[in-house]
Amino acid sequence: MHYDVLERWSRGDSYFHRLDARVKILALLLYLVAVATTHPFTWSAFAAFAALAVSGVIAARLPLGGMLARAAVVLPFSATFAAISALTGEMETASSLLAKSYASALGVLLLAASTAMPSLLDAASALGFPRVLVLVLQFLYRYLFVVTDQAQRMRSAALCRGSALRRGPVRERFRAASGALAVLFARSYEKAEGIERAMVARGFDGRIHLLYSPRLAWRDAVFLAVAASAAIGLRFLLTIPA
Amino acid sequence: MTPLIDARKVRYRYPDGTLALDGVDFQLFERETVALLGPNGSGKTTFVLHLTGLLRGEGTIRVCGLEMSKKNLPKIRSRIGMVFQDSEEQLFLPSVLEDVAFGPRNLGLPPEEAARRARLALEQTGMEKAAGRAPYHLSAGEKRRVALAGVLAMSPEILVLDEPTTFLDPPAERDLARLLHELPQAKILVTHDIPFARALATRAVFFERGNIAGHGSIDDVVRRFQWEI
Repeated sequence: MHYDVLERWSRGDSYFHRLDARVKILALLLYLVAVATTHPFTWSAFAAFAALAVSGVIAARLPLGGMLARAAVVLPFSATFAAISALTGEMETASSLLAKSYASALGVLLLAASTAMPSLLDAASALGFPRVLVLVLQFLYRYLFVVTDQAQRMRSAALCRGSALRRGPVRERFRAASGALAVLFARSYEKAEGIERAMVARGFDGRIHLLYSPRLAWRDAVFLAVAASAAIGLRFLLTIPA
Repeated sequence: MTPLIDARKVRYRYPDGTLALDGVDFQLFERETVALLGPNGSGKTTFVLHLTGLLRGEGTIRVCGLEMSKKNLPKIRSRIGMVFQDSEEQLFLPSVLEDVAFGPRNLGLPPEEAARRARLALEQTGMEKAAGRAPYHLSAGEKRRVALAGVLAMSPEILVLDEPTTFLDPPAERDLARLLHELPQAKILVTHDIPFARALATRAVFFERGNIAGHGSIDDVVRRFQWEI
């Protein structure tokens, strides 16, 4: 998924976008726990969870087709585990694994597509996520695409010079790719040093001081109450024991 | 007149043994703009990294009367602002406003004051409309301006610009020259761009093999060291 799509979606303007990011994270956590702990054979509950996420997508005025398609990106991973379950004869477990992972992915995607990354990271920090983790995520988000672009440029340059990246024996291709990876790592390391220098030159003392302290509004409290009731309600009301 | 920067016998050897600076003496006075010229690897960037304490070698450096020491580093870094060659490395926060406010927040200013200063610096560099944008959506010229705003927001007395015209097209270069010309701070420009240096610098210093080989007016230095196409 190109980062620009999520970035553009997350800068939208809807009731859902305007909600405090901390509240959205808490609501998502409740939703994920509810989905994960729902009994494997409760299809009505999975359908209701998916409907809940879809209603969020509609409320956030996000493109439904695009969101549903992008949430499917997790399916190949969960399908691997589902296939193992299916091979052991547990077909119901396999299909519920797919349903759970898809419903979860849709929920996570809804949060990411309706919240700007800076707000999301600020909220994670405010909720007590480890500072180092938040910093790493922040830098990862900022520079991952810079490094990706660099890799793309290196690849083009290599191909222009008849590199073995695309053809030739596997061993040669592997050698070419590993060499490129080593150079990319060295350049990323250099960039990291440059970033550190730039930060220190502006007085960085190991802690990023936030510019804004988010404040909760009534609408945030109402949303959290409704989302929590819905997730917990679906989890317990629609569960049908096997 | 007391110099803003007074560097004496600065010597630095990289961990791999390369002697990068070999006893550099340099002074910068108020309202001066000095261009550091010289071949790649002659020690220009290594020298300016010493001015903000990012590298520490032998010799003495005084910035705005403050001796370069661990204790004085925070004060020194608030008085000397450095704009790096690759603005991409300088803009690491998710929004332009947050990035520009990064320095003022590190100075201990409360969020409101830091934001006010950041907005003022963005206005000064003509980037006020970009406050809410993500830095990676900016053009090279805009990135350079925002990087400069990030430094100006700390109200420094000295500006150091390392290869400020890299990646800039001629109009962006001209705009940057105009902007820098209007700023009252003393400046050090590390550059290969002679027209740019000529537009701004009051004098030039030529680095060669880790030392200052000569100084004087831009035209004089350029002629003496045959430093033009």
